[in-house]
Amino acid sequence: MMLEIRNLHANAGDTPILKGIDLDVAAGEVHAIMGPNGSGKSTLGNVLAGRPGYTITDGEARFEGKPLEGLEPEERAREGIFLAFQYPVEIPGVSNNYFLKASLNAIRRHRGLDELDAIDFLAFVREKMKIVEMPEDLMNRPVNVGFSGGEKKRNEILQMLLLEPKLCILDETDSGLDIDALRTVAGGVNALRSPERAMLMITHYQRLLDYIVPDHVHVLSDGRIVRSGGKELALELEERGYGWLTGEPERVGAS
Amino acid sequence: MKSAAAIANEPGWLSRLRERAAHSFAELGYPTPEREEWRYSGRLLRELARQRFETAEAGSTVSRETLEELAFPLFACSLFVFVDGYFAPDLSTPHGLGGALGDAWVRSLAELARNQPEALQGRLGALVDLKRDAFVALNTGHFRDGACIHVPRGRQVAQPIHIVFLTTRPAATHPRVLVNLEEGARASVVLDHLSLGAESRFSNAVVEVDLAADAALDWIVLQRESPAALHVSRTRAQLGRNARLSSHVVTVGGHRVRNDLDLVLAGEGAEGRLEGLFVGVGEQQIDNYTHVDHAVPHGTSRELYKGVLAERARGVFRGLVHVRPGAQKTSAWQSNPNLLLGGRAEVDTQPQLEIHADDVRCSHGSTIGQLDVRALFLLRSRGIDLHEARRMLTQGFAAEITDGLPVAALGERVRELFLERLAGVVS
Repeated sequence: MMLEIRNLHANAGDTPILKGIDLDVAAGEVHAIMGPNGSGKSTLGNVLAGRPGYTITDGEARFEGKPLEGLEPEERAREGIFLAFQYPVEIPGVSNNYFLKASLNAIRRHRGLDELDAIDFLAFVREKMKIVEMPEDLMNRPVNVGFSGGEKKRNEILQMLLLEPKLCILDETDSGLDIDALRTVAGGVNALRSPERAMLMITHYQRLLDYIVPDHVHVLSDGRIVRSGGKELALELEERGYGWLTGEPERVGAS
Repeated sequence: MKSAAAIANEPGWLSRLRERAAHSFAELGYPTPEREEWRYSGRLLRELARQRFETAEAGSTVSRETLEELAFPLFACSLFVFVDGYFAPDLSTPHGLGGALGDAWVRSLAELARNQPEALQGRLGALVDLKRDAFVALNTGHFRDGACIHVPRGRQVAQPIHIVFLTTRPAATHPRVLVNLEEGARASVVLDHLSLGAESRFSNAVVEVDLAADAALDWIVLQRESPAALHVSRTRAQLGRNARLSSHVVTVGGHRVRNDLDLVLAGEGAEGRLEGLFVGVGEQQIDNYTHVDHAVPHGTSRELYKGVLAERARGVFRGLVHVRPGAQKTSAWQSNPNLLLGGRAEVDTQPQLEIHADDVRCSHGSTIGQLDVRALFLLRSRGIDLHEARRMLTQGFAAEITDGLPVAALGERVRELFLERLAGVVS
């Protein structure tokens, strides 16, 4: 099993958010984590990626058999965990090109591969940029600075395409995207689907799942998985909202 | 300090100027922290009072190899070197001042004072006030030599002029620089303060920059003396109609440093860009004071000073933009962002506007922050280790200044210098 999560409890800061998650993700599978705002979806992604401020208080998460707790974020990244951010941060003064090259070479060193020089890197990154239709001038700009919402998300997927992680966690990757951008971004994600790779898609809405079809869908509510099913569960949620699963009277779904 | 000692065979007017300077310093003495503009610089003033440096003697020799190792002379650049305040022709290129610069020239002040004093008389000290400024008085009384740069009307000097003041002794030096660009002239100058040896010492620089109408000067100061040095600089630049100054002051060295930069926009349409980067580690304190005088209408000033302070270092920025009555259509912008690496570093920042005209666009601001934890996490989540991530973000903070240096060859060197200074703390 690539990812095994057992009775995972975690805090964001001092606030308990995850209250007992059990989840198995095998290589080759695509899982969607759905749920209303505040249910703990993003916290799950952050805990797995090792974001400072998110702490496991009980239970555990294992990646390829090894516990994640105690591993630095960079160690998790090198082992093959990738979190695509919901709100990619801007980094003034650091060029996208420099960042991506430093990142790729850190991962390559860990895998025992030679670092790419500037010329080989450029050839490699250009191939990947085509997949997400990213304009070349974004490489020479500071990371995400002045990028449109769509460009930021393309940049996230570009990083994923470059680093070729084993476990891709996509946090609300569809948010803020128009339909064309969504299609492009989904194309980038689908290009990475393979029997060796697993995906965890965190999303509030069903529409991303039209483009990246999951094998399993889980509904998170108040820090627990309250329902798991196949892709048809997502359609049912689209239809009925989350209320019937979370015990809230009002429909909370698509708006 | 001993009273003024003259350059051999200096003209009478210069000796009399030095006497006035000595007299003025005797009256003024070093300023005290009770005075408002010195209240943050008390530690520098106490060191000066305690250490009582004598003016450095001549005679120290420095090899070309040592100089090149220290100063990374810029390729395709005219180099003028002063050792302990004395001109070192053997280390300077082109040999014999003048040569490659055509009818523009850089000359030693001492040589000029002996051979062509009329070129200095009335200009030396014209922009600074030895009656009110003790450090100007001290410099005027004691400077042994310095650089005088003159670019005639319409002449464009393509090569950057690299002026190096290198100290080798635990003593005082008084670097003096005069820059005069006639109408429509252009030049780039790099003023470089270096030290050899770890003992404490004192550099007291005075720079006067006079830009006539339509002249344009790129001006870069690198202060990279040893962490034991005391450094004071007084720079005053006066800009005529449509003249442009692009000033970039990078301070990474010195135990106590105080830089004062006064810009006077004296002609309509003049434009000043003032940039600074100051980096303090250990026990360093680096103070930057700027004063922009919008004396006439249609002036523009753009000021960006960035501070990076680590460990127990302190920084001070005080920038005053003064818009005089009648200086309409002034456009002034001033910003001082600071990055603190570690909880014990400190910065005092005071951007100030004083506006006496009503049709102006002025803004100012300052920030004090730490490395962005979200950006750190993004880098780390992509496999980059914490040390490297901190290094990248710190360099990114300074990039606005280092990437904007008008002598392109210098950008990479200054980035290296910057990271070298912070190597021990960005981890």
